[in-house]
Amino acid sequence: MEATKLTELQKIAVKIRMGVIEGVHAAGAGHPGGSLSIADIISYLYFSEMKVDPKNPKDPDRDRMVLSKGHAAPVLYAALAEKGYFPVEDLKTLRQADSHLQGHPDMKKTPGVDMTSGSLGQGISAACGMALCAKLDKKDYRVYAIVGDGESEEGQVWEALMFAAHNKLDNLCVIIDNNGLQIDGAIHEIVSPAPYEEKIKAFGCHLVTMDAHDFDSIEAAFAEAKATKGQPTVIVAKSVKGKGVSYMENQVKWHGSAPNDEQYAQAMAELNAALAAL
Amino acid sequence: MKLGDKIATREAYGKALAALGETHDFVVLDADLAEATKTVYFKKAFPDRFFDCGIAEGNMIGVAAGLAAAGKPVFASSFAMFAAGRAFEQIRNSVAYPHLNVKIAATHAGITVGEDGATHQCNEDIALMRTLPGMLVINPSDAVEAQAAVKFALEHNGPCYLRFGRFATPVLHDPDTYSFELGKGEVLRDGTDVTIVATGLMVSMALEAAEMLSAEGISARVINMATIKPLDGEILEKAAVETGAVVTAEEHSVIGGLGSAVAETLSMIHPVPVYRVGVMDSFGRSGKVPPLLKLYGLTPENIVAKAKLAIAAKR
Repeated sequence: MEATKLTELQKIAVKIRMGVIEGVHAAGAGHPGGSLSIADIISYLYFSEMKVDPKNPKDPDRDRMVLSKGHAAPVLYAALAEKGYFPVEDLKTLRQADSHLQGHPDMKKTPGVDMTSGSLGQGISAACGMALCAKLDKKDYRVYAIVGDGESEEGQVWEALMFAAHNKLDNLCVIIDNNGLQIDGAIHEIVSPAPYEEKIKAFGCHLVTMDAHDFDSIEAAFAEAKATKGQPTVIVAKSVKGKGVSYMENQVKWHGSAPNDEQYAQAMAELNAALAAL
Repeated sequence: MKLGDKIATREAYGKALAALGETHDFVVLDADLAEATKTVYFKKAFPDRFFDCGIAEGNMIGVAAGLAAAGKPVFASSFAMFAAGRAFEQIRNSVAYPHLNVKIAATHAGITVGEDGATHQCNEDIALMRTLPGMLVINPSDAVEAQAAVKFALEHNGPCYLRFGRFATPVLHDPDTYSFELGKGEVLRDGTDVTIVATGLMVSMALEAAEMLSAEGISARVINMATIKPLDGEILEKAAVETGAVVTAEEHSVIGGLGSAVAETLSMIHPVPVYRVGVMDSFGRSGKVPPLLKLYGLTPENIVAKAKLAIAAKR
């Protein structure tokens, strides 16, 4: 990737991480860990990959992104705000009773949210429906779905992959955020969906793996997905839960808790330093 | 079809889909039951717009939601048990909450599934669907009404639950003059002593019951309540005021269905005795339809008995 583009994306990703921390801290609740793990992927999708226009969020020809792991809403909101769908200041209203920013994504309340999600396993099915609609209408928009690795314990994820492969939805790209942790602990200690690679191939999908925090790797993975014809692509994104905030990294407790004022200050200091270094 | 023919509402549903496919752009989904739900007629006529999702109802509802979110009207069909039951949470979170344009067309509702027995006999779907904000719930009484309701649902932008039966029932409406109106009950027979409010296949039995009551000198009004949500409060209030007693009749649990909806409404606007005919807090069982209907009290005779109790309970 060109150096200026790389630096630009890295800066955006840091700002989006700041948006996550701002929102979750202000709300006193939310899911920072799984938001930070996909911050780079979300940055790449909204600032390089997807054809979207914040001035026309309902454009029927736009690319679509379904956040099937809807609890990572703070990172989606931060990206949409950074992209210009609504003011960045709105992020501080996350989860408040008078806010358009719900605890989980709501397509009817927040501009730029393509699908209501949050009940795990369901978003990926909706993404299949959108991709099918593009095929029926002979349109070339693409559909992206981000699924949690813990979420893939839901049987519906695999029902959806079977459906996508059977209907040759090559305009669908599913990203599995493989951060290895879920609420109750490490995934391999709960009910392990591993090995993903063999399962995904066996379900008839094209498998790509990537480093979720390396933009060159992310770019290559999405390019391969786009070039893949006749079957959907599933990208297994090896990620670090809580990435970018030192004390949150790889810690189960940061799945669904908010930083206190002191922790907030430390997180923002780290992120500001990261931004300054770019 | 003509008055008096016996046709299952699922049959009318399938035929209506195939006919509407000629003029409307929409998609039909099924979950490996196309022959039974009768979406097979659409499948044969428009194979490019029909998708069998296999035995995966949760995913089917999600796919329907995605199609609708991308602008495509869609019908999703299975048995009531697996549509409203198995996929309840998908309907709740992916369809009703975002208020998407998905029609859940459920067949084989109630105990008239017959031989397949309790696992396939859904007596809870009206209750489940009725609790969802913004969901329309329509339970047609005959093939003519079913056909008209399908067209209405397609042309309505929003979520809708359509309930169809397996069992062939008499055509009660003249196909040449009938028109479906959402949220409007229909007085099929006037009366002054009691009102029977019925839905689905119980409507024809309500008419029989009224005839039997008439022979005993009791004048019964019969209302066909095809739309359970939104419920026609006006026609109920008028009936309560003018007849002073109500019996409800449905092929569904007496908990949460039409009877509950009617009682909830009347308790607020004009309380009168409301007796409910329906499945009495029990599961179904295997059997031929006529003995099952008798076993579960879904009969004109039981409506007559409940009507007399309701009249006796008048203040």
